[in-house]
Amino acid sequence: MSAATAMLFRTRGKRQLHITDMLSYLYLTLGTLIMLGPVLWGVTSSFKTPAAITRFPPEFFPFAEKTVVVEGYEDPLPLFDVTMEDGTVRRLAQVRRVGLERQMIDPAAPEAGIIKAKMDATEIVQEFRLAWENYAEPLQQFDFVVYFRNSIVVTASATLLTLLLNSMLAFALSKYRFRGQSAILNIFLIMILLPGAVTLAPKYLVITSLGWNNNLLGVIIPTLASPTAVFLLRQYMLTLPDELVDAARVDGASEWYIYWRIILPLSMPALATLAIFSIMWRWNDFLWPLIVLTENRNFTLQVALNLFQGQYDVQWGYLLAMTVLSLLPVTFIFAFLQKYIATGIATTGLK
Amino acid sequence: MTLTAERGPGRQASTAAALTRPLGVLLSLPYRLLMNALGLIFEPLQRLVGIKGMPYLFVIPNLALFIIFAIIPILLNLVYAFTGGTSLFPANRPFIGLQNFSVLLSCDNFLDPNSCLVDLFWRGVMNTGVYVIVEVSSLILLALFTALVLNRNIRARGFFRGVYFYPTLLSSVVVALLWKWVLQRNGLINGALEGVGMPTINFLFEADWARLATIIVGLWASLGFYTLIILAGLQAIPALLYEAAVIDGASRRQQFQYITLPLLRPTLYIVFILSFVGAVQVFEHAMVLTDGGPGTATSYIMHFVYNAAFAGIAGGRNVGLATAATLLVAVVLVAFTLVQRWISRNASDDYST
Repeated sequence: MSAATAMLFRTRGKRQLHITDMLSYLYLTLGTLIMLGPVLWGVTSSFKTPAAITRFPPEFFPFAEKTVVVEGYEDPLPLFDVTMEDGTVRRLAQVRRVGLERQMIDPAAPEAGIIKAKMDATEIVQEFRLAWENYAEPLQQFDFVVYFRNSIVVTASATLLTLLLNSMLAFALSKYRFRGQSAILNIFLIMILLPGAVTLAPKYLVITSLGWNNNLLGVIIPTLASPTAVFLLRQYMLTLPDELVDAARVDGASEWYIYWRIILPLSMPALATLAIFSIMWRWNDFLWPLIVLTENRNFTLQVALNLFQGQYDVQWGYLLAMTVLSLLPVTFIFAFLQKYIATGIATTGLK
Repeated sequence: MTLTAERGPGRQASTAAALTRPLGVLLSLPYRLLMNALGLIFEPLQRLVGIKGMPYLFVIPNLALFIIFAIIPILLNLVYAFTGGTSLFPANRPFIGLQNFSVLLSCDNFLDPNSCLVDLFWRGVMNTGVYVIVEVSSLILLALFTALVLNRNIRARGFFRGVYFYPTLLSSVVVALLWKWVLQRNGLINGALEGVGMPTINFLFEADWARLATIIVGLWASLGFYTLIILAGLQAIPALLYEAAVIDGASRRQQFQYITLPLLRPTLYIVFILSFVGAVQVFEHAMVLTDGGPGTATSYIMHFVYNAAFAGIAGGRNVGLATAATLLVAVVLVAFTLVQRWISRNASDDYST
């Protein structure tokens, strides 16, 4: 916490505030509102009850109507502040509404019977309450646990295999000289520039031929060989001295041993950057899983979110709660590993 | 006394280490097992092929996947584009030459999509054209401005940089859903409009507003990424140059014009190419946000490709048309990149002479 405040109020040299400084802070504050606003709005809305979420104009914080259980009535009754004819204000529970009239009951004295009140003399009583049921119910009712599991399976296995396969290729490209080396490197570099949309339909045919249609394998395997990953790892491994490899070879180490006991541990910073990128790519993948996966039980989280938002009667409380859950992992990665992501982008220019 | 001293923080730390060390060993165990198991495959192979042959073994698994899922699809793309029929399997598709392209390009008037045979494609081209021009230009200006501000001597710089960068990490579905909720008929913005007594707007169901919405959301989601690239470019400019300029009495504006902009040109060029290529392929967030609607107001080229290849538009699936369209886009993009590179090379030659 102290580190956060220290970062927030760090001074860069002692000097007078210039008018351009003021404008800078104004711009940045406005920008912060615009950049974070939709996310915060989504988070607070995800805690609103169905009644609160459809209220217009909306309130920023989640308020729910206050209810009370009165003897003789099965459901909890909503509370209202009622201005009586003599000017006093009483807190009554509504039994039912008839036209422009509310039939109320005093929760403290239910035996006193029904009190009638005009609607414009009543005001609903609200309390701050987080509607956790928005989170609990979709997980139970709509298989969101399954979608989460699918997303985790895809992200974890794809990231592990991406690290393994691309580091092997990068190792060969940076620590050996062999026929075809530059050809392979050039093909991979060209493919970075090729728009992904070009191979969408043919890739689907390949998946279908392999029988991986509607199968998580069809989502995982085509993403593994990544030119971006090869590029990032190769650039890093080129900086490791070749003498290390030669010395290990003299000591009788096998090539595989050199790869995983010497080069991989030394490439940890690059591998960590790639791991973070890969987790974000695979967790956020949408179009390709949307094409490959056709059955509900195989959906990843992003595909499921899209399915639910397309339904005729969108239950926004549930949808926003699941959206918030799906952005949590990425947010944690961002909070703790921002430095790696920033340097990764700055050094490779790749997202 | 000595006993109590031993029960201090030092002792706690050692118990923590005693707990985490086995955990670390346990977690790395599968990794070690896997690597050793692969070693059991690679080490006998090394005896077989020798050290000279080993790089090929390291290359083969990755290259095989790359050929299957990248190279072959590109070749298949050409096969699809020059064949007809509705089948997905090339063997069942008759060769029709350039017919897919001529169908896509047959228009009475290229400025009016309604006069085209495949009007949805040309509608997509027009919409994408507008999207690219507005989004890319405002993206570069905003990213440059934001990077310049963030490069100043200000407090909480790391915090603000993080704030601008954060949306870049969200998936297109999440981005679109958050904004759909904000722009809703009963959403935050309409609530604010109502609050100040202005009429509410149905942002996602009015053509011009919906188009603007897809542009702004695209901008919101990618601004931080390009800001970060430009910021890296700014910080790579040697401070020495500015110091020398100050000594020579250069004003802030002159410093920007004669040092910052020329030295930032390669970075801006990269930003331009990346954002252009990205904007031409706009699809995912627009699909979730408006699904091409209202009508065809936000239907971009990739909508046409996706619908023709997978969802089936009027007349059923037409993979040939879809791949022909992606080839046209790819050709335009590559040509554009080459022309840009040529222009920028000539321009930098002018600058250096």
